[in-house]
Amino acid sequence: MAIDGGLASLSESLWTAATGTYMLAVVAYTGEYAFGKNGRIAQTSAVQAGAVQAGAVRTDAAVIGAAAIGAAAIGAGKPSAARQPALVGGTEPASRLSEPPDQPGHGTGSVEPDGRGGRRWGRAAVGLTLLAAAFHLACVAIRGIAVDRVPWGNMYEFTLVVGLMATVAWLATLVKMPQLRYLGLFVMMPVLLVMFLAGTLYTKASKLVPALQSYWLAIHVSAVAVAEGILLTSAAITMMYLARARFERIAATGKAPARFAGLGSRLPAAAALDKAAYRTVAFAFPIYTAGVIFGAIWAEAAWGRYWGWDPKETWAFIAWVVYATYLHARATAGWKGNRAAYINLLGFGAMTFNFFVVNIVISGLHSYAGLS
Amino acid sequence: MSSPRGTGHRSVRLPVPPTARQLWRRLVSMRTALVLLFLLALASVPGSLLPQRPLNPPKVQQYLATHGAWGRFLDRIGAYDVFGSIWFSAVYLLLFASLIGCLIPRITVYARALRARPLKAPRNLDRLAENTALSTGLDPDQAAARISRALRPRWRTVVRTEESGAVAVSAEKGYSREAGNLLFHVSLLVALVLIAAGRLLSYEGSIVATEGSGFCNRPISYDSFTAGRWVKSGGLADFCVDRLEKFTATYREDGTPAQFKADVSYSEDLAGPPRHAVIEVNHPLRLEGDRVYLLNHGFSPTVTITRPGRTPVTDTQAFLPQDEVLTSEGAFKLPGRDGTKDDDLGLSAVFAPTPVISGGVVTSISPQATNPVLAVLAYTGELNPGGQPQSVYSLDQKQIASGKLKQVGARNLAIGQSMTLPDGTVIRFDGYRQWANLQVSHDPTQARLLLAAILMVAGLLGSLAVRRRRLWVRVAPPDASARSVVWVGGLARNDGGNFSTEFQAIVAELAAVLGAGPQPDTVAAAPAAASTAAEKIGAGKD
Ligand code: HEM
Repeated sequence: MAIDGGLASLSESLWTAATGTYMLAVVAYTGEYAFGKNGRIAQTSAVQAGAVQAGAVRTDAAVIGAAAIGAAAIGAGKPSAARQPALVGGTEPASRLSEPPDQPGHGTGSVEPDGRGGRRWGRAAVGLTLLAAAFHLACVAIRGIAVDRVPWGNMYEFTLVVGLMATVAWLATLVKMPQLRYLGLFVMMPVLLVMFLAGTLYTKASKLVPALQSYWLAIHVSAVAVAEGILLTSAAITMMYLARARFERIAATGKAPARFAGLGSRLPAAAALDKAAYRTVAFAFPIYTAGVIFGAIWAEAAWGRYWGWDPKETWAFIAWVVYATYLHARATAGWKGNRAAYINLLGFGAMTFNFFVVNIVISGLHSYAGLS
Repeated sequence: MSSPRGTGHRSVRLPVPPTARQLWRRLVSMRTALVLLFLLALASVPGSLLPQRPLNPPKVQQYLATHGAWGRFLDRIGAYDVFGSIWFSAVYLLLFASLIGCLIPRITVYARALRARPLKAPRNLDRLAENTALSTGLDPDQAAARISRALRPRWRTVVRTEESGAVAVSAEKGYSREAGNLLFHVSLLVALVLIAAGRLLSYEGSIVATEGSGFCNRPISYDSFTAGRWVKSGGLADFCVDRLEKFTATYREDGTPAQFKADVSYSEDLAGPPRHAVIEVNHPLRLEGDRVYLLNHGFSPTVTITRPGRTPVTDTQAFLPQDEVLTSEGAFKLPGRDGTKDDDLGLSAVFAPTPVISGGVVTSISPQATNPVLAVLAYTGELNPGGQPQSVYSLDQKQIASGKLKQVGARNLAIGQSMTLPDGTVIRFDGYRQWANLQVSHDPTQARLLLAAILMVAGLLGSLAVRRRRLWVRVAPPDASARSVVWVGGLARNDGGNFSTEFQAIVAELAAVLGAGPQPDTVAAAPAAASTAAEKIGAGKD
């Protein structure tokens, strides 16, 4: 079957639609971040009211976030989300979770100290994310139909798939922990960057060269893309963890947290972020391991050896070992916390290096990027 | 392990070098494993950034030539063969030792833990991170029996009667987490052994075969052959690829390749009849223990050289592709009469499958052969004075530079055309065939290694997905109103999952089997007692 030019250009229009919608979603997340209960303005007024006590570790920020999301949980029809226990602590009195739900039709979108404006922004942001994800999925799927093969045969396509995985991971996180919605800015911003990046890596719709004509392409690359999408989320959470841990350290000394009140005070408790970062790695690591093993099986069929220390393989190994180090660090006294967090970021760095630098700069057997 | 520590010198307060036992302890500690893993990652980095001999020797030469003393220094420390270097092996072996040292005690501890009964209930269940209280109308023994029965499908439980008359159920689950972890590490250990064994037992031969020719599985048949130390040179499997019958490259309209395939006839043992097979990229021919791969392809032009007064010679030579559109370079070498020194004839040629000629230079614009051209430079003189092995793809540039090989003619030939040299020699471009680069690989450890890899992933899944939990339920003796207070406390022994939600689900289930309602007074009291977070037992991982 030849390439379907009409579908290919439809897929390209969908890329534009998805990217534009992600942009709007980022604007909306920014709106929620700025005007929401945990938002900058609410925080500032809270600081002015003297509500933030120096030294207090404000785990309740997230609890309020959980309440704020209330009935506004994604997909609208999930009232049970209101009763979802808070991610943080879990020891707070239950009454704090039972804030009255949003009243439709109320409010003018103005900035209100209780963050109702933020809630509207947040709902819009999730709606836009869902729409963008739908465009994104259609973009990838139609590209696949247009070229009559799996839609991850070159770097442009692979980047799109990793971006889609990150969005899906974020939406899944929202289903489980809607109270994290106000942090959407920090996840959607990287996804938007990934979309732009895909744009710069754009490759015309084409069939696969014989070396890539293998069902292992579907298995190996999808496993790696899923793992990388999740690990991207983990890296984002880890950065939030580092910001928050720093805030908590300073808060614990009793000094005025003025300089760090900005980001740190609005994030969930460091312990919760640390746990979330660990869980995402624990979820992604076996998938990544399997992905690398699938790659080795494919290499055996294509090149006559399962492992040859090709640059791509070498960096996959490095990233894998660094994430294994992270899992160890999380179980080693003296290495938990910040040190483990840096190892997590290092693993992400190695993975990203493998994707960009190794594909574009270093040549090897894996030079399938489609860039010339 | 015995320690060589003497007894008499203990009082001397000098910095004592660590004993062997202490060194071993340090080696098998989690912290050392961490550092070694990190070093392993770090040590691999130069392997991808510097040219590597096993992958690309000419690139190493080039790097050495352009980097002077620094390049030579890197060579001395083995940086051009990182994965065969002493320091990489050292990290690898230390990690290996650390892994063994760490696994043996862990396996014994785990075996003991499997037989052990769940721990006694702590005195104050309300100091656990998760706790609640219910009340039931059942008497403690009945209640404990029901709880135990409800939990038993997934939990290991023990019922104990306490001095106070209360009955406590201790439950524990998630044993397979440690089993998964041990399975992962043991499989990893096995995988490392198999990889090392594979390097010793494997061999690889590569040959450029032109259509019509074949080869047998002998070290000398190959253009290049590498073998591990334990491979006996007579011990290769007996098979022959008798002939490369036909190589086919198919291209799409836009010129991109669609399919490469090599039709071969082969015989698995010397007595058997030849069989037919198609080898494609990603689809090797799998024989007993050996695999034959199609790695590359190109053109082999054929010329007929007629020197005056001698029998015509027809020769077909494989040419090396220089670019993606298969502009290929190669050479034909025709020795002169015996005893002469300057009678050799050499052709250095470029083959262009779809040629464009600009400024006299021939290049190709497509890998598909349409009106191919052979651009020939003819030389006479001495091809190989030393008789040393030479590249079959080119003439010796030194001979040309020193004037011992003189150019005597140059022409671009289409198929069927010929050129005549000043001495009357006629060179005719007859046509071309295709060649395929076939590689034979043998690694007897592969299948077992795959099994080890599968077990590794299985172990990881068990280890990272299984949740280790402890649960205690204490049923106090009934009070005046004939109701018993049921305290429930839980502990998450690792970070996976959301234990709060799990705990609530368990409590709901227990409440159902006990026909219990919440215990109003105690519910109010318990959180108050437990609200100082710092005091909680095992809020995180133990
Ligand atoms: C060859 C190098 C090693 C690799 C690639 C490796 C990899 C891993 C990975 C991926 C995990 C997390 C998954 C799991 O819990 O099963 C892990 C956990 C663990 N490893 Fe290793 N390991 C290595 C060597 C060692 C050594 C030498 C030790 C002993 C000191 C060790 C002790 C542990 C322990 C105790 C855990 C459990 C941590 C926890 O409770 O989360 N490992 N290892």
